[in-house]
Amino acid sequence: MNREVIEILEKDAKATVKQIATMTGLSTKKVRETINEAERDRAIVKYKTIVNWERLGEERVQALVEVKVQPQKDVGFDAIAERIYRFPEADSVYLVSGGYDLAVFVVARTEHEVADFVSQKLASMDSVQGTLTHFFLKRYKEDGEVLEGEQKVQRQPLTL
Amino acid sequence: MSARPARRPRRGRGSISRRVERLSPSGIRRFFDLLSTMEDVISLGVGEPDFATPWRISEAAIDGIGKGYTMYTSNRGMPELRQEVARNFSARYELDYDPDNELLITVGVSEGLDLSMRAILNPGDEVVSPEPTYVSYSPCVELAGGVFVPVPTTVENSFKVRASDIEERITGRTKAILLGYPNNPTGAVMDRDDLEEVAAVAERHNLFVISDEIYDQLVYGVEHTCFASLPGMKERTILLAGCSKAYAMTGWRVGYAAGPAEIIEAMTKIHQYTMLCAPIMSQMAAIEALRSGDSAVKEMVADYDRRRRVMVKGLNSIGLPCFEPKGAFYAFPSVRSTGLSSEEFAEGLLREERVAVVPGSAFGESGEGYVRCCYATALEDIEEALKRMGRFVKRHS
Repeated sequence: MNREVIEILEKDAKATVKQIATMTGLSTKKVRETINEAERDRAIVKYKTIVNWERLGEERVQALVEVKVQPQKDVGFDAIAERIYRFPEADSVYLVSGGYDLAVFVVARTEHEVADFVSQKLASMDSVQGTLTHFFLKRYKEDGEVLEGEQKVQRQPLTL
Repeated sequence: MSARPARRPRRGRGSISRRVERLSPSGIRRFFDLLSTMEDVISLGVGEPDFATPWRISEAAIDGIGKGYTMYTSNRGMPELRQEVARNFSARYELDYDPDNELLITVGVSEGLDLSMRAILNPGDEVVSPEPTYVSYSPCVELAGGVFVPVPTTVENSFKVRASDIEERITGRTKAILLGYPNNPTGAVMDRDDLEEVAAVAERHNLFVISDEIYDQLVYGVEHTCFASLPGMKERTILLAGCSKAYAMTGWRVGYAAGPAEIIEAMTKIHQYTMLCAPIMSQMAAIEALRSGDSAVKEMVADYDRRRRVMVKGLNSIGLPCFEPKGAFYAFPSVRSTGLSSEEFAEGLLREERVAVVPGSAFGESGEGYVRCCYATALEDIEEALKRMGRFVKRHS
């Protein structure tokens, strides 16, 4: 599979087949095949948009919930991780090293929704031994993109 | 004590050094003035990366300032930086320079070029150099009292200079060959074989070679050959390179000169009286760049390469034939199909479509009929510029 095609799409999901073909020097046919194959293999999982909802005056509450769990015989952490990631409130879920086991990123409309999810759903699971919730106060950078205050420095229009 | 009133400085003709007065003013000053009055221009006229310096490099300088690295450095440059430069040349080209006496840190390659010329030229000495050429070459030679002898290159030979063309222009006064590959403005890269032939000419006529390799890391699908790494060439070559283009550090002004100890010593003499040293914070940044900048360079080169393909294909498809540049970040299409001179083309394009390109004539007579388009420009801007240029070409052919 052509890595460069995927790299271009990773940076810009809107890049067209034709543009990618020009940029890589590959035929449009080859580019289309590469993308199709990557999508089939779930190497390309999904095309999404990074939205700064605050610019639209909308509130979004985000939190990182540290979850300590008791691993289960044979299935380890996977079973409990799955029970957690099935909840739509759990935006991202990772098994991590360190003082706790699962890092659960939660996105909701209100703090109350987050609190509700943590106390009613997460904390009450049998194998969950404890949770610690960190609410996000400000988003500076997300998925490699700086969200606020980034200004393009102007170059001299003509230099030799 | 003398009570005589101070004499007023003379004004007008004759008050300026004849040598400076003789320098031809940059051919495109009028064009520059026009550009500065216009808004919403897409400029392909720049000569630098559109990336900011990779953060870990900038951060190293900021950290240095915080720790009080705000003094002069050794005239030759910080020892750590010279060591990194030496390590770099050794790793990349198997070329070993002694950091103590064969390397000098300069304020960009611009200073290195000026120092080289002043160090080796006597009045009337000739310097032979391929053309189209970077705009500073000829003035630097002339300011050092030398005579600049251009060697035209053509698109038929991919703007590579032929050793035989160089040799034809060698006289009893020829002191040096001045090379600039990968080339600004054409984007041409010389193959190893081509350079070996030039090396043979230098050997035959016992000439210095000043090789400006500021774009050495910006090559696409080909390998850059460092001139000094050719057999027997290290002892007659002044190698000029730096951080500006590869690490996106144009504003830091750090370059380096590498060469035989006696020449570096002569250059250092001039440097110590006229420049003292390159700014220490910039040298701190350069150390970090050379130590850890490779992956950032690789990413930027991949990105330029994509935009290069878009630019070259686009120019060819709108009727501006463009050979494939293998280095730097410029495309150099012919505008002859429009019947306009390169300056008329650039000015008309700017007025009618608000796209700025550099007329090839700015780079010497053999640049006439071409314009320089920099593709270190946002992809959207390249695409929009190509659209506008396409309209312009249609209207004028």
